[in-house]
Amino acid sequence: MNTDLLRILPETILVVAGILVMLIDASLPPRAQRRGLIWVAAPGTMLALWASLIQLRLDPGTAFFGAVETSPFTIFFHVLICGIVLVALLLAYDTLPRDSHHQGEFYALVLFGASGMCLLTGAVELLVVFIALEISSISTYILAGYRKHTGKGPEAAIKYFLLGSFATGFLLYGIALIFGATGSTQIYEVAHKAASAQNHTFIVLALMLMLVGILFKVSAAPFHVWTPDVYEGAPSPVVALLSTAPKAAAFALLLRVLYQMLPDLRSLWMPLLWVIAAASMTIGNLAALRQQNVKRMLAYSSIAHAGYLLAAFAGLADKGIAAAAFYIAAYAAMNVGIFAVVTLISGYDEHLPLVADFRGVLYRSPLLGSLLIFFLISLIGIPFTGGFFGKFYSFSAAVGGGAVVLAIIGLLNSGVAAAYYVRLAVTVAQKPENGMSQAALPVPQIGVAVGAALLFTVGATLWLGIAPEPILRAAENAAHALQ
Amino acid sequence: MIPLSWYLLLSATLFCLGIVGFLVRRNLITIFMSIELMLNGVNLSFVTFAHQWHLVKGQIFVFFVMVVAAAEAAVGLAIIIAIFRARATLAVDRIDLMKL
Amino acid sequence: MHLILFIVFAGLCLAGALNLLLQKHPINSALSLVVVMTSLAVLYLLLGAEFLAAAQIIVYAGAIMVLFTFVIMLLNAGREERTLGSKAAVALGFPAVAAILAVIATVILKAQDLGSVSLSDGITSTEELSRVLFHELLLPFEVTSVLILIAILGAVSLARKGHGDQEAGK
Repeated sequence: MNTDLLRILPETILVVAGILVMLIDASLPPRAQRRGLIWVAAPGTMLALWASLIQLRLDPGTAFFGAVETSPFTIFFHVLICGIVLVALLLAYDTLPRDSHHQGEFYALVLFGASGMCLLTGAVELLVVFIALEISSISTYILAGYRKHTGKGPEAAIKYFLLGSFATGFLLYGIALIFGATGSTQIYEVAHKAASAQNHTFIVLALMLMLVGILFKVSAAPFHVWTPDVYEGAPSPVVALLSTAPKAAAFALLLRVLYQMLPDLRSLWMPLLWVIAAASMTIGNLAALRQQNVKRMLAYSSIAHAGYLLAAFAGLADKGIAAAAFYIAAYAAMNVGIFAVVTLISGYDEHLPLVADFRGVLYRSPLLGSLLIFFLISLIGIPFTGGFFGKFYSFSAAVGGGAVVLAIIGLLNSGVAAAYYVRLAVTVAQKPENGMSQAALPVPQIGVAVGAALLFTVGATLWLGIAPEPILRAAENAAHALQ
Repeated sequence: MIPLSWYLLLSATLFCLGIVGFLVRRNLITIFMSIELMLNGVNLSFVTFAHQWHLVKGQIFVFFVMVVAAAEAAVGLAIIIAIFRARATLAVDRIDLMKL
Repeated sequence: MHLILFIVFAGLCLAGALNLLLQKHPINSALSLVVVMTSLAVLYLLLGAEFLAAAQIIVYAGAIMVLFTFVIMLLNAGREERTLGSKAAVALGFPAVAAILAVIATVILKAQDLGSVSLSDGITSTEELSRVLFHELLLPFEVTSVLILIAILGAVSLARKGHGDQEAGK
């Protein structure tokens, strides 16, 4: 039983930290500052990250009657998710309105949501998958509507909520059919029985239904319609989190379902994902070209990145999984980073939401301007940044799997994408016009916490771009563990 | 004696009627109720399969779906109340500050 | 006997679901959904899921739907209007959904050896249920508490008035 508890240690720590935040919050006087609760939330996340690393010493295996497992695969994603959550918490500490008295519930929701995401990556029982996915989704629905007194806040939340629950319905029907075809919901047992199952068409149908549910969560086309609205309406620190951590968890689930549960159906799901990858890239990039709002542009860009990532699924098992895992890490580092910078420039209340508003940022705040340009370079995929190796591994995995055309579509799309990234970078570097109100705007303050968060994301993006080998090796170990 | 496929067909029909409701209706609460209808359809499938395999796990799945549905209802209706306070409408076509 | 019960309650179920879609006022839709859920409880009973049938009525029809009705009353939701968007949804949605249903139905009808059910089949005892729930599925059971905690926290934080009055004032 002892090792059983060790195998869910990171999730337990996150939940305990969340409960502690709630308890301390309740015991503070009503008008007291709640920002200090970060001293519980951030160390809790670090502790969970450390606990994930401790799990490397355990032998890979399952716990709680085959409900969860620990393996290099789960540890890879645990560390990634805890890292993202840590950065998002630090970002929120400095950017949430200081006169609000409700930061405690923000931190608690982030921590609970993180526990769901971590559990999702480790779940090998479809019942746990379902509940973990709901924990992560419901907490992000609430966080998306955190600015509930603006018109857009609740609108983002309700769109995310309704479409998310709709997609969950499909996932659940898929699970029901898997249970009907194999008589089991444990992923290893399903994989074992699927080959000899009597009603094979049930499994094919179940796969389709589950794909709808999961692809919604990773915002791949044609299930992407919620993304721009939610990213625009949700507060930027929340977007930094929900554009990366739940997606990383959902991609982990997708890898597990496709490569571990139903690898025999590869000939069926590979062409499907081929089409979805190509569609996501193209739709995302073409729509991003005509966006004036920075967050909407980045939302479409994230749809395109989901497409680049799905290209890796065309690869053979070992290369494909490793490339996908690496891409998620690289994407998370640069996307959290760019949303942190955008939060600081636009402000929490987003008084500067448009691309045109970003004019002259480089002169107002040389540091923020150059950071923004740095992350844009990484998103384009220029060498010495994480974005380059992410795309490189993903496309070469696709070529290795025989999907040369998909890799070419990806490269063409990267060219299209460069257009809108460069447009933003050029706007940032333009001299502010004389007499323009922007020149008189105050320089955004960079606090210690957000400074640490930026340092962390820049460091991670550079590290993935200059010395990707250690992470790539971890991703390869993860890929190995999944087979 | 009734073939189990009848139950499964009923379940699929309920699920699809839920999808229709989700697409066609224009009131936030009714859309949400359509999602509940979909979940109920899925639940019937679980119970049917539980009977087919003589496994109680299928029934227990339904318990968990109920808990999740309750949690979703609490959060979803709270969001609906928040949006009603901010915008004084429940019609999806009027909730369009952000264009798709 | 089983056949009659099935036909009556499956019919009620479908009628309720259709009524949910056709009614203009949300409160009528909510009550139709209660009909669907109650008839489903009877169907669960026919399938031998005794405890589940009770839970379906108590939790689903009793608690969740009461919450829905309460919110409909609270917000005084009115009849909904047909709009251009809804007509487009009808035109596009119906064929798509009909196609989905056709696919699922074909798969179900082609499935082999699904077996059948009769009234003489045993009823799952609550003891059996609890043995699986609190043994094999202990972890998901415990994890559900986190889900409920989030739901409480979220409902309070979203529905509370006055949060960020300062922000609203700006």
